[in-house]
Amino acid sequence: MAGHVLDTPAWPSTYDGEAKPRVGFFTDTSVCIGCKACEVACKEWNHVPSDNQGYLGSSYDNSGELGADRWRHVAFIEQKLPVGVEGGAPDDLVAEAARQNLVEEGLSPHADEDGFRWLMSSDVCKHCTEAGCLDACPTGSLFRTEFGTVVVQEDICNGCGYCVVSCPFGVLDQREGDGRVWKCTLCYDRLQGDMEPACAQACPTDSIQFGELDELRERAGKRVETLHERGRGEARLYGEDPDDGVGGFGAFFLLMDEPETYRLPPDPVVPTRNADTVWKAAGAAALTMAAGIAAGFIGRRG
Amino acid sequence: MGTSFGRGGATTFQQDLQNSDCIVIMGSNMAECHPVGFQWVVEARERGAKVIHVDPRFTRTSALADLHVPIRAGSDIAFLGGVVNYILSNEREFREYVQAYTNARTIVSDDFEDTEDLDGVFSGLNPDSGKYERESWQYKGMEEVAAAGHRDQGEAEGEQAHGAHGGELEHGEPPEEDETLQDPRCVFQLLKRHYSRYTPEMVERICGVPKETFLEVAEALCENSGRERTSAFAYAVGWTQHTVGVQYIRTAAIVQLLLGNIGRPGGGILALRGHASIQGSTDIPTLFNILPGYLPMPHAHEETSLDLYVERNAPPTGFWGNTKAYMVSLLKAWWGEAAQLENDFCFDHLPRIDEDHSHYRTVADMQDNKLEGYFVMGENPAVGSSNSKLQRLALAKLKWLVVRDFSEIETASFWKDGPEIETGELKTEEIGTEVFLMPAAAHTEKDGSFTNTQRLLQWHHKAVEPEGDCRSELWFMYHLGRLVRQRLAGSERQRDRPILDLTWDYPTIGPTEEPDAEAVLAEIGGFDAEKAPLGDYLPLKDDGSTTCGCWIYAGCYAEGKNQTARRKPAGEQSWVAPEWAWAWPMNRRIIYNRASADPEGKPWSERKKYVWWDEGEEEWVGEDVPDFTPDKAPDYIPPEGAEAQEALRGDEPFIMQGDGRAWLYAPNGIVDGPFPTHYEPRESPFANLLYEQRSNPVRDEYDRPENPINPSDGEAGADAYPFVVTSYRLTEHHTAGGMSRTLPYLSELQPEFFCEVSPELARERGLEHGGWATIITARTAIEARVMVTARIKPLAVDGRTMHQVGLPYHWGSKGVSTGDSANDLFAFVLDPNVHIQEVKAASCDIQPGRRPRGPDLPRFVDEHLREAGERA
Repeated sequence: MAGHVLDTPAWPSTYDGEAKPRVGFFTDTSVCIGCKACEVACKEWNHVPSDNQGYLGSSYDNSGELGADRWRHVAFIEQKLPVGVEGGAPDDLVAEAARQNLVEEGLSPHADEDGFRWLMSSDVCKHCTEAGCLDACPTGSLFRTEFGTVVVQEDICNGCGYCVVSCPFGVLDQREGDGRVWKCTLCYDRLQGDMEPACAQACPTDSIQFGELDELRERAGKRVETLHERGRGEARLYGEDPDDGVGGFGAFFLLMDEPETYRLPPDPVVPTRNADTVWKAAGAAALTMAAGIAAGFIGRRG
Repeated sequence: MGTSFGRGGATTFQQDLQNSDCIVIMGSNMAECHPVGFQWVVEARERGAKVIHVDPRFTRTSALADLHVPIRAGSDIAFLGGVVNYILSNEREFREYVQAYTNARTIVSDDFEDTEDLDGVFSGLNPDSGKYERESWQYKGMEEVAAAGHRDQGEAEGEQAHGAHGGELEHGEPPEEDETLQDPRCVFQLLKRHYSRYTPEMVERICGVPKETFLEVAEALCENSGRERTSAFAYAVGWTQHTVGVQYIRTAAIVQLLLGNIGRPGGGILALRGHASIQGSTDIPTLFNILPGYLPMPHAHEETSLDLYVERNAPPTGFWGNTKAYMVSLLKAWWGEAAQLENDFCFDHLPRIDEDHSHYRTVADMQDNKLEGYFVMGENPAVGSSNSKLQRLALAKLKWLVVRDFSEIETASFWKDGPEIETGELKTEEIGTEVFLMPAAAHTEKDGSFTNTQRLLQWHHKAVEPEGDCRSELWFMYHLGRLVRQRLAGSERQRDRPILDLTWDYPTIGPTEEPDAEAVLAEIGGFDAEKAPLGDYLPLKDDGSTTCGCWIYAGCYAEGKNQTARRKPAGEQSWVAPEWAWAWPMNRRIIYNRASADPEGKPWSERKKYVWWDEGEEEWVGEDVPDFTPDKAPDYIPPEGAEAQEALRGDEPFIMQGDGRAWLYAPNGIVDGPFPTHYEPRESPFANLLYEQRSNPVRDEYDRPENPINPSDGEAGADAYPFVVTSYRLTEHHTAGGMSRTLPYLSELQPEFFCEVSPELARERGLEHGGWATIITARTAIEARVMVTARIKPLAVDGRTMHQVGLPYHWGSKGVSTGDSANDLFAFVLDPNVHIQEVKAASCDIQPGRRPRGPDLPRFVDEHLREAGERA
């Protein structure tokens, strides 16, 4: 990967020759079995505190969502798909037609006669190319590593919480009783030791794949093609596109339904993307106001 | 498995699943309970295999399957019997395989009467003993032989069969055969007749599986079997934990034999074991009726000498013909120099059995004040065993109890915080049991081996020293033995000889004096006359010159190296990975692999070649270690008078069996019928639609006041228990919870005990998602949080809507995550072969809200049963 084109703002220029190829996760939810080994391995390795929320009744999900005390989270979605159009009003008729064929051919993973399926997906910090959290951090606690990942330094974080509102995914979160922000580091310490992140290593079905981002994107593209060839037209990538609202995710996904189904934003945009326009607009407004005031004075004079 | 094929272990290995064209997972929730092995199912599916999950619930396994088939818990024999019927009535069997490698052609005694003749029972049922006498089940011409070998105490044979023997066949060849399979008394025709009423329509009525769905499964199996293709079955305790558990597996064995899927890549039956070393705990047994390597435990009154033992247990043909060599080598390993020809190699030092001493019998004896002390190691019966209330009541009758575990589990704390303390049925101050809780070391804190689901011995090295007083089991047993021997030293009493004569000389390591686990492994692996480690079991002798602690493990320490510690990376060896750890027997990964070639020794097809006869080299070659005498040609015919394996032909792959063939029909080795038959679970809301006989007539049942049985369909009060209940595990917890409910990271993922019900049942009973429900049987009532989910579907069974209640059984009163124990609900009703409890199918009631507290609870349970009876 020498000579790799680096596409993250403010990186790798700050690392010069020490920059490493950008790495990330490709989470292929089509083979996730919901074992939660990723959640446990993450907590074990990173000493993330226990976070027992009691019985949530949300299928087999009792950890709720990503947070300061949960850096991997497996969502469980029990889904009854409408088999016929008359059984509901599907958003996407093309996808729906594909589903119907699947049901008829008995090839679907959810070939129960009424089209039941159970989706599982391990969520994680997206390590965005344009990271809102990083842009918002006033202390420099959040930084981009030589691997192109986004990490909080707990000894610098002052708990201001600006990053929390800047994340389009709600990943950043302050730890109760501590105040600081904690999130996935993509196992920065393990990367420095040439080891893959704990979650990816623990995943028994290779649903979580770790590697160089370029290669992962290529692999993911082929995987979607394969699934489409097998008639699973509902497979799609989420966050692999460098032209999206956050410049592409460092940790992207293959989903079997719309992102909203997994409680993921369909079109995330980094809040700071329009910052310069905002400031320009504010500046223009200020200038106009100043001009008006000046004109007033001038007028008064006149 | 032992009865059908000859060995009590999975016929294949998990990695081989990737070669399957169709995988049926049934009686197992593989993705949740064996997530690591499940990657090979995922791999097979990626390669185009059809994955089918037959299970009462839509689980994480179903989510990754091509087809999920919801089925009524407890009806699997009807389903699989339907597959057998489908194969036979459509002539879909792999004819050449069946003819050559199974006992399909053998003629059965004229005295044998089938369930077809006797409305649900076989000939030989003795109404007084409640057991079968099996003379009439024998092959024609062999009745007298079997009669001579018959035991008056049938109980012991179950595990021995589970182990391996497959019974005794006096001649290498059965006396009468019909190679055309046309004789009405040949096994093939009897099989056809036995399953003729297991039609797709009947499957639908009994199992609640629509006919079309059933046919899709049957057709998928047939399409994906034969010369070019293979199908595999994976099962776990969803099959074994029934009053007909062994017969569930037998039915799958029959399906796989008819389709020619045993001994071939991508085929087989994978027995997924429930813990890291469950396979190991039967190989080197923690059971009462077998010795290491599945040697039967001697009988107290009939096997009073080594010769008598051998006479009764060593068939003249097949590898069990070497029983004496295996036994003498074991005796030499245990009693060393003391074991000499003159004293029968200390055969009399072995304990004896005269009756059932299995777990449930022992607990019943305990409750009847027949037992003083009890060691509990690696178990938590107060949560994990059936009718756990009776388990706890019985513990309170002991004088002393030793529990070794990581923390104070419910079995150690029943006397102060068990549910019976709350109800007032037990009072702490009245319990005389002295409890010794010994802290145990974890597997990361000790050297040792696991024998996993695929007979693979994997060594683990100690990573850290155990903390404080925590010690390994090996340390505990060794030092306990050492101290007992110290106390007995100098004793002149004959009864102390078995302990004083033991070879108890393992070197110890470090300040804790931990015995050297590799020294124990070396003893198990065995030594030849020159004290050199054995390479395999073939050199074992019956003259006392060889020693071997477990004959099937011979070779695990070959060349003086710990073969089980081999960890050659996958990329540096073939896909079979023979240099990763070590598998019994003789490092074979697929057993009976001679059957992967046709009778002439050629692969059945290029696509499925595995082990074959190399004409030039005149030996068996291939991907795996051949499970056959390496240079025995396919056309080998045994000379007159040949014995043991030499008496088997070159085209008989099932080398443990006396006739070298796999058994569609089991004349021996199984106590509840030569053919599997559908019986209802002991507690069922349904009648047996196939026969007058409702449940297994020879089931093992305890008729005691602490073990009341729910009335079943047709009996007074049956409507008090209208639903089917089944228990299971979750990925997030480990069995009875001792290893997971104490851990915050695991407990937070499944923090509370819950029950799974369908939206329809929730409506019918007013159950609220997230609320509480009380589940009731005749034993007790427990409470659980409610999970209403479409993953459980009501099924149409015999024209009635049938609801099932699902219960994960992990919870108890101790740990980070606590809750009622599902096993409190189930009864002491067992499979008669292996004495395993029926907890995968029973009947129950469910009501909204929490259960009564204190003394109101037993009152509530009694009233529920009484009122139902009165209504009726």
